Amino acid sequence: MQCDVCQSKEATVFLTQIVDGKMQKVNLCEACSKEKGVNDPTGFALADLLLGIGASQEIEKSPAALKCGVCGFTQADFKKTGRLGCSNCYVVFAEGIEPMLKNMHKGTTHTGKAPVAYRAARVHGEKIKSLQANLSKAIESEEFELAANLRDQIKQVEAELPK
Amino acid sequence: MKFSRIIANSGEWLSGDGPNRQIVVSSRVRLARNLSKKPFPGWAKKAERLEVVKLVKDAVEHLPEMAESYSENLETLSSLEKQVLVERHLISREHAAKGVGSAVVMNAPQSLSVMINEEDHLRMQAICCGLQLDKVYEMINRVDSELEEVLDFAFDSRLGYLTACPSNVGTGMRASAMLHLPGLVMSDQINKIINSVNKIGLAVRGLHGEGTEAMGNLFQVSNQTTLGEAEEEIIGRLNRVIEQIIEHEQNARALLAQRKPITLHDQVGRAYGLLSQAYSMSSKEALNLLSIIKLGIDLCVFPDAHRFPIDELFIETQPAHLQKGAQTQKMSSEERDALRATIIRAKLLQVPQPDIDRLKIPNPATNEKK
Repeated sequence: MQCDVCQSKEATVFLTQIVDGKMQKVNLCEACSKEKGVNDPTGFALADLLLGIGASQEIEKSPAALKCGVCGFTQADFKKTGRLGCSNCYVVFAEGIEPMLKNMHKGTTHTGKAPVAYRAARVHGEKIKSLQANLSKAIESEEFELAANLRDQIKQVEAELPK
Repeated sequence: MKFSRIIANSGEWLSGDGPNRQIVVSSRVRLARNLSKKPFPGWAKKAERLEVVKLVKDAVEHLPEMAESYSENLETLSSLEKQVLVERHLISREHAAKGVGSAVVMNAPQSLSVMINEEDHLRMQAICCGLQLDKVYEMINRVDSELEEVLDFAFDSRLGYLTACPSNVGTGMRASAMLHLPGLVMSDQINKIINSVNKIGLAVRGLHGEGTEAMGNLFQVSNQTTLGEAEEEIIGRLNRVIEQIIEHEQNARALLAQRKPITLHDQVGRAYGLLSQAYSMSSKEALNLLSIIKLGIDLCVFPDAHRFPIDELFIETQPAHLQKGAQTQKMSSEERDALRATIIRAKLLQVPQPDIDRLKIPNPATNEKK
């Protein structure tokens, strides 16, 4: 069996991990397993595996030969470096990155600081969301007058969306 | 400002004062930022990197915080000078390996530094002595907000700040504290602490961050994740954990003093003896022994007036700092070990012999809960 990383040497280290109820199998040769720190119990972390080997597998699941239109970065480059090419790569490779982020971080949505321009948009989005929630409630309880009112409000707020 | 001038003084984080100074050496917050739609440094071509350096360096140099600053392209620094900056925690080891197309800007007190084109276009950090993560975050947050007005940062409304490595995405923030934990090491509790800290999603690392050995009983505790929590939440969580570690360290020191006074006296005496008499000393040995002297100062075995000179030795005896002071051709490691021992002996001459009768058990006020 060939090593999953270098695709050339014979695999001698076999790893099986269960992540989110899905079994992931990785076969590595001696050299690659060392490089990934698999032999060293202190240096081996799930995050490393997911970022390195696991990540490349996730990326492979996305449509073949994805390439970033802005910087020319490809799946193969990501597999090689574990880094992305530019900010636009997050859009291009979104499908593959998403599960990685889920495993790596506490959540999948940023809740911290945002540049001023985005802060306004975020406040705006939240306003619309809460109005929409009220709207569904109003419809459920058949308060149609209130619902119509809310619908108008949503329209108005949406029109104010900062550019 | 010249390199020699900035390096003549030790950084504010070393000489200053701060809460829990005895156990928390320094607090640091680093933010990673990138310019929108520009290839990240690791993928950018040389011309693109140079363009980013020019743009970012100009913006950073014009910050009010950088009115008095040192700013340099990395190719103009020798590898020795870069290593000096690494030993002072002003740039990362990764950044020291960079040359053309990377730069560094730092303020005179060395409390703020911005690495340009490290792994991300900007890696900016604030560092301060003692446990004051809130303050350092505030410092670096202000710099970030000021830069945001002139630079177009890559930001996604859902993923937050976008970084070269997905492990930094979101806040792009790494907050860390350098802890001096001789009590936990001597009482064999340190691995237990490291394991439990790791379990709650925080990282414990050695002196110079990722992949480095813990020397001098110094450990760096930092957040591991950057997405899904706001900056203040991450720092709050880190603060609570660090406060607990401080309490454990204080308990360990009190227990050592009560139950194993001979061991403690012996360690302090041996450290003093070796440091004041040795003629050759490796960097690792020096750090480990200096750590015991530092503990001795905390326990009043040595006068508190010697705290700063001893703290300074932690930095001054690092390889690049020694070489820098030597003014000669590259020293061999034997020559460095000899010079290190000479510098330490000279400083230890000023420190009186340990007075174990003065040993004071750390204030157990914080242990009463137990």
